[in-house]
Amino acid sequence: MARDTEVLVLGGGSTGCGIARDLAMRGLEVTLVERGNLTEGTTGRMHGLLHSGGRYAVSDRASARECIEENRVLREIAGHCVEETGGLFVKRPEDSDDYFRKKLEGCRDCDIPARVLSGREAREVEPYLAKDVERAIEVPDGAVDPFRLCVANAVDAERHGARIETHAEVIDLLREGDDVYGVEVRHDSGPGKRTHRAPGTTEEITADYVVNATGAWAGQIGAMADLEIEVRPSKGVMTIMNVRQVDTVVNRCRPKGDADIVVPHETTAILGTTDEEVEDPDDYPEEQWEVDQMIDTLAELVPILEEARTIRSFWGVRPLYEPPGTGTQDPTDITRDFFLLDHDERDGVAGIASIVGGKFTTYRAMAEEIADHVCAELGVDARCRTADEALPGSENLADLENAMDDFGLRSPIARRSKQRLGSRSREVLETDEPNPVICACEGVTRAEMQDAIEQSGSDLNAVRIRTRASMGNCQGGFCTQEMAHELHPEYDEPTVRDALDELYQERWKGQRHALWGEQLSQAMLSYALHATTLNRDSDPAGRDGDLEYGAFDAGPDAGPDADADATDRTPLDRRADGGEDR
Amino acid sequence: MAIEDDVLVIGGGIAGATAALSAADEGADVRLVTHKESTLRNASGLIDVLGYLPSDDADGASEGPLVDPFAAIPDLPETHPYRTVGVEAVREALAFFDGIVGDAYLGAHTDDNALVPTHGGSIKPTARYPRSSAAGLASDRRDALLVGFETLPTFEGPLAAAHLEAAGVPFQARGVTLSFPGIVRDDAKVTRYAHLLDRDETVSTATGAETGAREALAAAVEAHLEGEKRVGFPAVLGDEGPDEVRAALEAHLGVDVFEVPMGPPSLPGLRLEDRLYAALETAGVEVRSGVPVVDYERDDGRIDRVVVDRNGAEIPHRADQYVLATGGLVGKGVESNRERVIEPIFDCHVPHATDRYDWFSEDAFGEHPFARFGVVPDGELRPRDGSGNAEFQNLRAAGAVLGGYDYAAEKSGAGVSIATGYVAGRHAAARATDARLATNDEVTPQ
Repeated sequence: MARDTEVLVLGGGSTGCGIARDLAMRGLEVTLVERGNLTEGTTGRMHGLLHSGGRYAVSDRASARECIEENRVLREIAGHCVEETGGLFVKRPEDSDDYFRKKLEGCRDCDIPARVLSGREAREVEPYLAKDVERAIEVPDGAVDPFRLCVANAVDAERHGARIETHAEVIDLLREGDDVYGVEVRHDSGPGKRTHRAPGTTEEITADYVVNATGAWAGQIGAMADLEIEVRPSKGVMTIMNVRQVDTVVNRCRPKGDADIVVPHETTAILGTTDEEVEDPDDYPEEQWEVDQMIDTLAELVPILEEARTIRSFWGVRPLYEPPGTGTQDPTDITRDFFLLDHDERDGVAGIASIVGGKFTTYRAMAEEIADHVCAELGVDARCRTADEALPGSENLADLENAMDDFGLRSPIARRSKQRLGSRSREVLETDEPNPVICACEGVTRAEMQDAIEQSGSDLNAVRIRTRASMGNCQGGFCTQEMAHELHPEYDEPTVRDALDELYQERWKGQRHALWGEQLSQAMLSYALHATTLNRDSDPAGRDGDLEYGAFDAGPDAGPDADADATDRTPLDRRADGGEDR
Repeated sequence: MAIEDDVLVIGGGIAGATAALSAADEGADVRLVTHKESTLRNASGLIDVLGYLPSDDADGASEGPLVDPFAAIPDLPETHPYRTVGVEAVREALAFFDGIVGDAYLGAHTDDNALVPTHGGSIKPTARYPRSSAAGLASDRRDALLVGFETLPTFEGPLAAAHLEAAGVPFQARGVTLSFPGIVRDDAKVTRYAHLLDRDETVSTATGAETGAREALAAAVEAHLEGEKRVGFPAVLGDEGPDEVRAALEAHLGVDVFEVPMGPPSLPGLRLEDRLYAALETAGVEVRSGVPVVDYERDDGRIDRVVVDRNGAEIPHRADQYVLATGGLVGKGVESNRERVIEPIFDCHVPHATDRYDWFSEDAFGEHPFARFGVVPDGELRPRDGSGNAEFQNLRAAGAVLGGYDYAAEKSGAGVSIATGYVAGRHAAARATDARLATNDEVTPQ
C-alpha cells in the first residue's frame, strides 16, 4: 500500500526537527507533526546553555566528549544561533578542592580546553562574581538560542522537501497487528499555517516508518499503541533576569545541586535550575520556593542577583529515561544519555522507534544516529550531511559582516536583527517599505515581523519565538498590540483579536513568577495600558449583547435628538449654532 | 532653617496637582515637590470617573459600561475611595477640575459617560474628554474615517475601524494607512509628528511640490474621504498648538477632526500635565521637580518635617499639613520586594497577603489584588496604621497611593485622583488655617 510519506516524525522540538532535517537532506520524504508550536515542549524551556561538556567531565565522560564535539559543530553550522560567551566553573571557599581538581582533570581527559583562573582573574572576567570566589576553571561553554536553532532546522528540512505541521496533535497511533503505519492528527485550524478561528480538521498520515521524538511525552504517544515507554519527566525552573549580570556562563564547581548556573542569554541572564520528577509533563506545580532558591543560592556566586529584577520564570520538563530495572531514585542521578528504543526489537511492534533521554547540545548527533537507524530500516544508503552544511542564517556569516550597514536600521537595532537573522538579514530586511521598530526592548522591526508571520500564520507565539518580540523587559506590555497590528490586513479583525489575547495571556503566565519590585510595577503598567487605555478587559467586541450607544454622551452639541440629525451636521453648523467651539 | 509652608504636597501627578490647587484655593500657602516624571505621559488624557463596577458574582464579569458613574458610586464597596469621600465630593471635585482646565475638556454638560474610541479599536467609558477627542465619540452616529500612518505601528486605522464595527458602534468606520508627509525616519517619535504640525514645517509631497505640513497632511487624507463627516487620527496633532492644527485640518477637509488617545508617550496626557502646572503657577504654588523625599521626622503623632534631596543636599521642609500623592505601583508610591508591599516614604501600612503568589490572578485580566495595593485611609483620607488609627495626624493621601480600588478595571483612575486630591487639599488647608488662627490667638493677647 502506498504511504503518504516515507518517514513520519512526531514532535517539533530540537530532536524531531533535527531528525527531519537530517532525513530530508538524505533525500527521504519526511513529514513532521507537532501538537503546539515548534519548541513548545522542552526545547523552548531550557536555559540556553551550549555545553562545553565541562558539566559532565567528572560524572559522565562519554557525554562530556560528545558535548565538546557537538559544541564545535554547532559553532560552525549554526553560528547565528550561538554566542561564544565562554564559561567558568567557580569554586567558593566551602566547595571541595578535590572536586575542583577532578573537574579539571576530567576536562583535560575529554579534550575540553580548560584553564585555571585565580579568584582575582575570574573577577576580571566577571566583575560581579562574589569576592570570596577562590578559583575558577575557564571552559568553552556558550549561549545558544534554542528557538532560532530549532526553527532553522525545520526551515531547512522544508527546503529539502519536508512537510512540517505545527498545531497538529497526534490523537492516535495507527497500528495493525504488530505494525505501526502512521498516526491520526487533529489540526487546530486545518493543515498548513495556523490561522485563528479557522475550523479544525483531522487527518490520517500513513508512513513507512514512524519516529517518536516527543521526549517527555513519549510515554503518552507509546500508550496509544500499547507500547510502554518508561520516560521519567523531571521538571526544572529557570528564572530570567532583566539584564545580563554576567557575560560568561557561570557554573558552580560542585558535584551536583540545584541553582548552580547563570547563562547570559540575548539581553537577559537565565538562572537555573532544579531537578524534580513529575507525574504528568503537562501538569505539575510551579512553585515560589523554586524561584526563591534560584535567586538566593545563585546570589552566593553573583551577589547582585539578590536585589536584581527578574522578568519571568519558566519550567521545562526533561525527557529522562532509564532502562527498566535500573531503579535510580534521585532524578539528578539518571543518565543524560539518550536511548533509541527500537520497538520491533523491544516489543515486537514494527515500523516505529522512540527516542528518549538526551540533551539539547547533542541534538544533532542524536538525530544522526536515529536517521542512520531509519535508513537501515528502510534500506536506504545515504550519508549524513548535517555536520557539514550550515543552517539557514549561518551560511555566509563572513559576507554578512561586510554588508550590514545598509538596511536603514540604526544600531543597535541593526546589530540585534543581524544576530537573529544571520545570513538571511539581506533577504528579510531589504525593503522599500517603511520599517519601523515594533518591539523596542528586543529591537524587532516590521520586516522581521512580516518574515516571521509569513512562516507561522496568525500565531503570534510562533512569531515571538522567531523574533524575540515581546520577550524583553516589558514582557509585551508595550508591543503586543503593535505585534497584532502587523497581522492585519492579511488576517481579519477577529483573528487578530484572538491572536493578541493568546500572546498576551502567554506572556502573563511566566511573569507571575516575577511579580515583586520593578517587575510588579511593570506588570501594573501593562495592566493599566491594556485595561485602562485600551479597555481590552471589557471590550464590547468580545462580549455578548448589544451595547446601547444612544444612552451615552454624544457630545455637548448633540442635543436630545442627536440620533436624528447627527448625520447631517457639519462642523460649520456646529460652530454657528453652538458658538462655544472656538 | 527649614522651608516652611502651610501645606506640602508630595507628588506631581493629577492627584498631587489637584490637592495643591485645592489647598491653595482655600488660601493656604502650598508647596509641591515631585521626584519622578509624572505618570501622565503614560495616561490617555481622558478623565475617567467610573466605567465599570467590580463584579460581585463568581464569573468575574464586571458590570458596565455604566451610563451614569455618579449613580453607581453608592454600589461600590465601602472601602472604595469614592465611598470615603462621598458622591457630592466627587461632583464638587470634578467641577473644580472643570474650572482648572476650562474649555480644553468637555463632558461637564451631562452626568453620562461618553464612549471614546481606543487606539486598539475598542471603546471606553469616560466622564471628561479633551476637546481634541470630542468629535470621535462612539455615540455620535456620523460615519468616520480613521487615518493611520505607515511609520506609527501603535495605530492601525483599518484594523481599528473593523474592531469598532465588531464592537457594534452606530456608524460606519473605515480606515486607511498613509505615509505622514515630512516624516523621513521610520522611528520618529510622536513629538516629531506633533512639532511638524505645530510649526507647519515645509515638507515635500508625493508629487515633489513643497507645502506646509498641515496642508500636505490634509491633502493626503482628502483623497481618501468618501463622504465621512469626521476623520480620526492617532493623537499626534500638535503638542503646543493642537487647536490650531485641528482647525487647519478641519478647514481644509470640511469635516470634523478628532484624535484617538494613545499609549505612552501620550500627548494628551502631557498636554493635561502642562495645563495643571500652568494652573499651579497661577495659583502661586511653589513647585520643585526632581527632588525625592528621603526622610522625615516625627513629633508626637505628627510629621514635623520631611527631608528632600536636592542634588545631594538634604533640605528640610516643614509644613503644618502634608499630602502624600506619590502614585501607586507605577508611580512608585507603592513598592514591593519578595516579602512585603510598602509605602516607601513614611512606611504607612499597606495591607497585602503574606504569600506573594496571592498578589495576582492567574488570568491576565483577572481580579488582581496587586491592582488594589495602597494605603488605607480614614474618613479624612489619613492613612491608617495596622490597628486602624491615623499614622500621622497631619498626613493625608490622594490618588493611586490609596488602596482599595482597581482603576484599570473600573476605569476610575483620574476620577479618584481628582476627588481624593480635592478633598485632601481642602482638609489640609482647613487644618492649616485652624493652626494659624490658634497660633495667632496665642500671640495676639500680649
